[in-house]
Amino acid sequence: MIVFLPSPLYSYTEGANRFEVRGKTVREGLAALDKRFPGILFRMVDEAGALRRHMRIYVDGASDDNLEREVGPASEVHVIAALSGG
Amino acid sequence: MAESAIDAAGILAPPAGAFRARTRAKIDPGTTDGSVGAPYNRRMSSEAKHKLRVPRPKRGVVRLLVGTRKGAFRIKSDKERKVWAVEKAWFVGHTVHHVVSDPREPETILVAARTGHLGPTVFRSTDGGKTFKEASKPPAFEPAAEGLSQRTVNHTFWLTPGLEHEPGVWWAGTSPQGLFKSRDGGRTWKAVKGFNNHPDLDKWTGGDKDGTPDGPKLHSICIDPRDGEHVYIGMSGGGVFESTNGGKAWTPLNKGCSADFLPMPDPEYGHDPHCMVLARTNPDRIWQQNHCGIHVMDREEGTWKRVGRNMPKAVGDVGFPIVVSPFDPDTAWVFPMDGTDVWARTSPGAAPAVFQTTDCGASWKRQDRGFPTENAWWTVKRQCMTHDEHDPLGLYLGTTSGELWGSSNEGRSWKCLVRHLPHIYSVEAVGVQP
Repeated sequence: MIVFLPSPLYSYTEGANRFEVRGKTVREGLAALDKRFPGILFRMVDEAGALRRHMRIYVDGASDDNLEREVGPASEVHVIAALSGG
Repeated sequence: MAESAIDAAGILAPPAGAFRARTRAKIDPGTTDGSVGAPYNRRMSSEAKHKLRVPRPKRGVVRLLVGTRKGAFRIKSDKERKVWAVEKAWFVGHTVHHVVSDPREPETILVAARTGHLGPTVFRSTDGGKTFKEASKPPAFEPAAEGLSQRTVNHTFWLTPGLEHEPGVWWAGTSPQGLFKSRDGGRTWKAVKGFNNHPDLDKWTGGDKDGTPDGPKLHSICIDPRDGEHVYIGMSGGGVFESTNGGKAWTPLNKGCSADFLPMPDPEYGHDPHCMVLARTNPDRIWQQNHCGIHVMDREEGTWKRVGRNMPKAVGDVGFPIVVSPFDPDTAWVFPMDGTDVWARTSPGAAPAVFQTTDCGASWKRQDRGFPTENAWWTVKRQCMTHDEHDPLGLYLGTTSGELWGSSNEGRSWKCLVRHLPHIYSVEAVGVQP
């Protein structure tokens, strides 16, 4: 899958926002990303395994926060930082 | 009550006599000779009130670490503490609840941070803030023990360095109430299971409904300087709890403490301490600014006394922070707030003032010279008031409106040191034990 990250996570990736990672589910893809950038997963997913309150996931253009969602090698997973206001 | 309570693990907490014997036995002989550092020996009414050596005053530049809703800042003074400026801005945009330097290694700074989107973490610098690295394992709850609900850390709220002879040890308190410990300088954090998995925790804390507007918190982690296994914590809500075995077992320590929002007259727990401090030279003297007033306890007695009843009635004794002199266990400062009807939590009458006691709460003196006399609607939160270690003692407070105020004469007069910071969440002096 191809994972796109939002700017609040650029401190982990030195500004890069597009990554090809392996995994059968969104959760596995994010876990693979954590091996490359240690600590990045916990900023997105809490210790109970839930996506954090102000993070959202889009898979191939459709909103889907289910981290167990199965994806393919060409799937595009966008992680969105979803918080507005001051 | 708390003195003889049996904890969930069936361990009998030590009675008052055993407590005294234990703490005395662990006192470093080098700190019990009653010696006091000049010049404070001339001003003490009684040397007997000190159980530990009175520290020698420091001189020169003071640096303050300020946590805010929008980042961390370091503020620096000149050698006379007259001119102040923002020296560093770190993690701009992050919500920073606490920034603490390590008195054992002043170049080490820990930052408890999160952002609106991203989960909570701890950053660590060992070069005085030039660079920071994130903890590889920040505070996070482990899978819940049987019968308990799974909790997740919303933010790390409080950081306390361990004792001088415990290099690398740090403690952290979180929202919701969790206690964590690091033994490697903040790189990795482990849950203190004796607390986080305690079967009575939900009962003690009252759950999510019983906390601050941004969540219930574990704060005021106070380590007995004679014994790193002897730990006090405060919880909003929940009350004060004590462990004498490094966190394996806990007992409530709330006897005599006001909790007038609860229907029972003297509950064992469920109180709302806002800030708790051990007196530096007498760690058995515990001060507490509570939701229900200013209290003090001499641990040997084991009962809180509401010394805030001696505050002016028109002001009351509600507030968030409390500061205790590192040189005198009888001297403390509070910053009262409006706790009437709907709890505005702003300065009473919109006229900010600090109140000082030098006689262990028997009397209080208003110290407002330099503060606005009207229309100042700010609040000073529980981690936002601190001291340096100079003579005269410097006091500092940060406001919800982003102003940092200071006094270089123990509160007799105040001036605004820095303006235009974000909403201030914490203020600590570099090199001073929080």
